[in-house]
Amino acid sequence: MQTPNGFNLDNSGRRVVVDPVTRIEGHLRLEVNVDEGNVIRNAVSTGTMWRGLELILKGRDPRDAWAFTQRICGVCTGTHALTSVRAVEDALAIDIPENANLIRNIMQLTLYVQDHLVHFYHLHALDWVDVVSALEADPKATSALAQSISNWPLSSPGYFRDLKTRLKAFVDSGQLGPFRNGYWGHPAYRLPPEANLMAVAHYLEALDFQKEIVKIHAIFGGKNPHPNWLVGGVPCAINLSGTGAVGAVNMERLNLVAGIIDQSIAFIEQVYLPDLTAIASFYKDWTHGGGLSGQNLLSYGDMPDRANDYSADSLMLPRGAIIGGDLSTVHEVDLKDPEQIQEFVSHSWYSYPDEAKGLHPFDGVTEPAFKLGPATQGDERHIKQLDEAAKYSWLKAPRWRGHAMEVGPLARYVIGYAQGDPEFKEPVTKLLRDLELPVAALFTTLGRTAARGLECQWAAHKLKYSFDKLMANLKAGDLNTANTDKWEPATWPTTSRGAGFTEAPRGALGHWVEIAQGKIANYQCVVPTTWNGSPRDPEGNIGAFEAALLDTPLADPEQPLEILRTIHSFDPCLACSTHVMTPDGQEKATVTVR
Amino acid sequence: MSGTQETFYDVMRRQGISRRGFLKFCALTSASLGLGASFAPRIAEALETKPRIPVIWLHGLECTCCTESFIRSAHPLVKDVVLSMISLDYDDTIMAAAGHQAEAILEEVRTTHKGRYVLAVEGNPPLKDGGIYCMPGGRPFVDTLKDMAADAQAVIAWGSCASWGCVQAARPNPTQATPVDKVVTGTPVLKVPGCPPIAEVMTGVLTYMLTFDRLPEVDRQGRPKMFYSQRIHDKCYRRPHFDAGQFVEKFDDENARKGYCLYKMGCKGPTTYNACSTVGWNTGTSFPIQSGHGCLGCSEHDFWDKGPFYQRLTSLEPVAAESTADSVGGTLAAVAGGAVAAHGAISIAKRGLEKRRAGTGSRGGESGDAE
Repeated sequence: MQTPNGFNLDNSGRRVVVDPVTRIEGHLRLEVNVDEGNVIRNAVSTGTMWRGLELILKGRDPRDAWAFTQRICGVCTGTHALTSVRAVEDALAIDIPENANLIRNIMQLTLYVQDHLVHFYHLHALDWVDVVSALEADPKATSALAQSISNWPLSSPGYFRDLKTRLKAFVDSGQLGPFRNGYWGHPAYRLPPEANLMAVAHYLEALDFQKEIVKIHAIFGGKNPHPNWLVGGVPCAINLSGTGAVGAVNMERLNLVAGIIDQSIAFIEQVYLPDLTAIASFYKDWTHGGGLSGQNLLSYGDMPDRANDYSADSLMLPRGAIIGGDLSTVHEVDLKDPEQIQEFVSHSWYSYPDEAKGLHPFDGVTEPAFKLGPATQGDERHIKQLDEAAKYSWLKAPRWRGHAMEVGPLARYVIGYAQGDPEFKEPVTKLLRDLELPVAALFTTLGRTAARGLECQWAAHKLKYSFDKLMANLKAGDLNTANTDKWEPATWPTTSRGAGFTEAPRGALGHWVEIAQGKIANYQCVVPTTWNGSPRDPEGNIGAFEAALLDTPLADPEQPLEILRTIHSFDPCLACSTHVMTPDGQEKATVTVR
Repeated sequence: MSGTQETFYDVMRRQGISRRGFLKFCALTSASLGLGASFAPRIAEALETKPRIPVIWLHGLECTCCTESFIRSAHPLVKDVVLSMISLDYDDTIMAAAGHQAEAILEEVRTTHKGRYVLAVEGNPPLKDGGIYCMPGGRPFVDTLKDMAADAQAVIAWGSCASWGCVQAARPNPTQATPVDKVVTGTPVLKVPGCPPIAEVMTGVLTYMLTFDRLPEVDRQGRPKMFYSQRIHDKCYRRPHFDAGQFVEKFDDENARKGYCLYKMGCKGPTTYNACSTVGWNTGTSFPIQSGHGCLGCSEHDFWDKGPFYQRLTSLEPVAAESTADSVGGTLAAVAGGAVAAHGAISIAKRGLEKRRAGTGSRGGESGDAE
């Protein structure tokens, strides 16, 4: 069977189930069918949790919405909150001060740096790195390898010998902890022992370092995870030299931020990127996992260079859509155009009055409707195999002008590349040249992973750029961080609606809010993993996860390492993607306005 | 699995940590628990003679902020916790295994370490419609939770989701998300609330259990007293501004820039039991009030449904702290000097009343008498 978006599906072969998919955020189930050669011929992606946050938001103070939506995800912490305050500010026509825009960019870029780093080392690396193989490494050779690719100082033979001793003791204890039952020794692992040992060292170093990066969130937002935000600006006040400066963002705080930015740049450029290149060089011919990436890509763009200017021209991350792999045309994207973004539920556990049609988020309706299809094996107490011909996921199926889209770092980089923006084109070109790979290599699992690494470096430098801009603005005498002119609900229109967007680390994120009589009347989120992990739509188009798994050979279906590798390259976030619920009109009327 | 009989000290030694490093770790642990230097030898002795505890960390309806917070721990470093201190045999967020290899671990630990392992729970089970709103491994999460809790020595309810229900349980709680202690019976449940809890509070609780081989002393709501027995307000460095009637009136006003009290901005510090104003966040870098935003009260029961976050507390009766604060502010504007002393006195009187009222257990204040 061929899908309208051009993928061949065959569910006649052996079914392999991976549930839970670990090293992700939230709960994801994958089922694939493999043929006699153990090549994947059908793929089914299922979100297995649902929380209903939008219904909870109804009737609340819109100034509080950021705190609720921030709890959609604690991994990409902050990005939902930022999207939310933008949506509310759009609805209420609130402008924010220049410093607030810069501090928000710094917050968002800090998240990028920390989240991409943690994804690479702690969620994704074990798909490429065999921890047990590291025990066979020669510390001297590991040192030589490390020093050949980077100036990072922690690279002596003694350093790697100590690590190997510690690792050996850990493994010998018989208690492997989080490494228990891993696919160690799997034939799809290709790194030599020395590269594995080096990667384990950096796994541990990155674990230590990531906690430093987010201190920036603590300085401007009080804590991480889940820092504080503010409609109209940012909650932190700035006081450089006046009475009480120690009670605000002052020189000491700013120096701490500056130091962390410098350390972040060093870690990414001396550890993350050299590791990424070294590891990729061993997997150059593992060219699977492209899926939708060679066809349809979407980005809303993010990080306005100019406060209150959300046009594509002002955004430091590119905005646009690519359709059918045609890089010569980048389509314009408008979150408010009812023809562009629509969500479908024909294969999702929700009901619509007419399930052949999609609905724009401003008009969305959702009623949960959990029902397993007739071909399901097992039951609601224990699902053994899902029926993808029926409803099979808590994710809706968002589409852009009817197309299933891939979102995330690769989408952003390809769109930036297609637009000819040197900030994105040059690092891609250089990486491809270093690895002696063609442009087509981008549209693979490895391409997704590489784009994330490049973007982490980009974000660290943009952190420095934004920080310098903040300092220049402070030097010019502007200390404002919040606009409270429209803080009081009495200043708001009776009804209004707005859309806010960010590029979350995982991809395009949009919130749509309707405010009536000072309260939230309706709230909708369409999040990155809903795009990437979407089930099928009424036409039968498959989403990015499902498409990416097709045609991948598994060395051993009992140990589906290759499935994890490709799915992890998207950095799935299921708590984000599966909370969606818009009450219908009837429910709306029964919710008590608080 | 002979390794399970090894002591924590054995493992640290074999992993290349010196005796001196080990003792330093014990001293730091002692300090972070507020026990003082004299306790360090006892911690060392305990760690030298006790085996590593297997920990199973399950995720229900949640956002993973608790795991993210946990990995921010600086003392002890989370890598030392995971490699040397506990045996984190299952945690979906970081474990290498997936699918049936991951699920097999649950059963293995349940049988091999019956009555010995610790069950850590992040998130909560939705009970509506038989639990179908959270189905990791193809099973309702509530079933897995009950099974694994039955044979655990103790359950740690990480964060406000597991402790109270948190955001998905906020009105109207569409999935009937339910706190862990409402579905687990027969196994003690320790609540470590917060959205998320502070990293060093999480590792501090674990370290305490490992070191002293018992659950920490808890208040009537099941929270460890060592971290949750005092209000953020009680130890807030901006408290003198509250007592002096110096308040932020609007975000980014002159008073905000001087670091005045955020009570009028809706700060929930006066009703929130947590360690933010003492331990601090992100290795003590800051905490919400220090950064200029009021406390949301995220470690308190049903904090999402206690009124808008920016509405000032009106529940400080019987002393009517709101009018106290307002009148203080007003008075101060008129007469600077004398009012400060007067308001210090009012504040002290109010504390006395709250202290007495705390005995009644209203507002969950039973542990608020620690002053």
